[in-house]
Amino acid sequence: MTQTRQAAPMILMEGVEKWYGQFKALTDINLEVNSGEKIVLCGPSGSGKSTLIRCINHLEPIQKGRIVVDGVTLGHDTKSIDAVRRGAGMVFQQFNLFPHMTVLENCTLSPLRTRGLKKDAADALARKFLARVQILDQAEKYPAQLSGGQQQRVAIARALCMEPKVMLFDEPTSALDPEMVKEVLDTMVELARDGMTMIVVTHEMGFARQVADRVIFMASGQIVEEEPPEQFFQAPKHERTRKFLGEILRQH
Amino acid sequence: MGVDQYLFLLNSLKWTLILSAVAFAFGIPCGLGVALMRTSDSTPMRWLATRWIDIFQGTPLLMQLFVVYYGLALLGLKLDEWSSVTVGFTLHASAFLGEIWRGAIEAVPRGQTEAAHALGLHYWSRMKDVVLPQALKISLPATIGFLVQLIKGTSLASIVGFVELTRAGGIIANINYRHLLVYGVVGLMYFCICWPLSLWGARLERKFAAASR
Repeated sequence: MTQTRQAAPMILMEGVEKWYGQFKALTDINLEVNSGEKIVLCGPSGSGKSTLIRCINHLEPIQKGRIVVDGVTLGHDTKSIDAVRRGAGMVFQQFNLFPHMTVLENCTLSPLRTRGLKKDAADALARKFLARVQILDQAEKYPAQLSGGQQQRVAIARALCMEPKVMLFDEPTSALDPEMVKEVLDTMVELARDGMTMIVVTHEMGFARQVADRVIFMASGQIVEEEPPEQFFQAPKHERTRKFLGEILRQH
Repeated sequence: MGVDQYLFLLNSLKWTLILSAVAFAFGIPCGLGVALMRTSDSTPMRWLATRWIDIFQGTPLLMQLFVVYYGLALLGLKLDEWSSVTVGFTLHASAFLGEIWRGAIEAVPRGQTEAAHALGLHYWSRMKDVVLPQALKISLPATIGFLVQLIKGTSLASIVGFVELTRAGGIIANINYRHLLVYGVVGLMYFCICWPLSLWGARLERKFAAASR
């Protein structure tokens, strides 16, 4: 009992396993993410990286293991799922903005419905975060009137309006035209600087170098390698990581 | 055909329209219920809604009206013709609208529901705020198409003695024996109501198809 108690991690995954029918998508995932840490998850397509972050907010249920987010153990009950989801913002590859709502309405929906905010308060909150992602001038437009990069920034603002403890990014720039990737990455870098806990699934290795505390490489549903970015890029330990990096970096 | 006979037809057309409107108005909430049950996570709910749809899609509307009219009487619930056909058409509409809207709900991209989940929205908000507004828009052409079917279908209400347009035509033809003329006028009246609706549905369909391209 002399041991000093460390602060509990923001996200804890212990022995997590996930199947789609007979197909095993995740095998023995163990991961700890501390408050304020930025994790970049990469790996070949089908390696389970998207599945992993989608398990954290229970978009995908797991069959084995344990997930704890900000002290709440994720179960199959609505109460724990709600608690975890309200603490975790998510940004999707395809933005998934609600097309029949304005930018502002997209952002105020969750605060109005889940946190019981009054309309004025929700509007003020939304405008604050829209200003932060530098898109406040588009607040009254509909998503279809915006470019892909603008839509993704709105999606980030929408998630931030939940005032989450953690932000989960599922390939946020993969569906964007090349010239729009930078504006989204810049927004994410900004967010990282403000101390947000982030898990980002991406192949943007420049982003990983710039902001990641750790880079995790996955293959075949397993975590293969987990290193700070300098080590990860300069001296990857595993053959599969080297091969992956070789292919990724050749494209850039 | 005399003026009073035309007036009689027009007056009966009014009952056709009232019956259609009431059945459609009651059919909307009932159909929504069927569609939500049909797309719910609960297996018994889905089963129940699926059987409901099967029964109404798998039997003639005429039989459904008979069963409601005579069946409810058998259960000791004696309804007048008006109530009986209203109940019959409402149940019929609930199954057909339920199936149309089930398809529309499933046509809303999965990412929309996922985003709603990720935002911590509960079932009612997910449906009311996110899924249904998009689904109803998708389903509008098919819904109008069903309304047209329903209006024409109300002609079957005559068999339990409800006097609507078709029944009125029958009564007049039995008086003046000019069947072709009378039913021609009756048909024209249906056409004048249904054709603009069909055109409107087709226009919406083209508009949405263009918007999603």
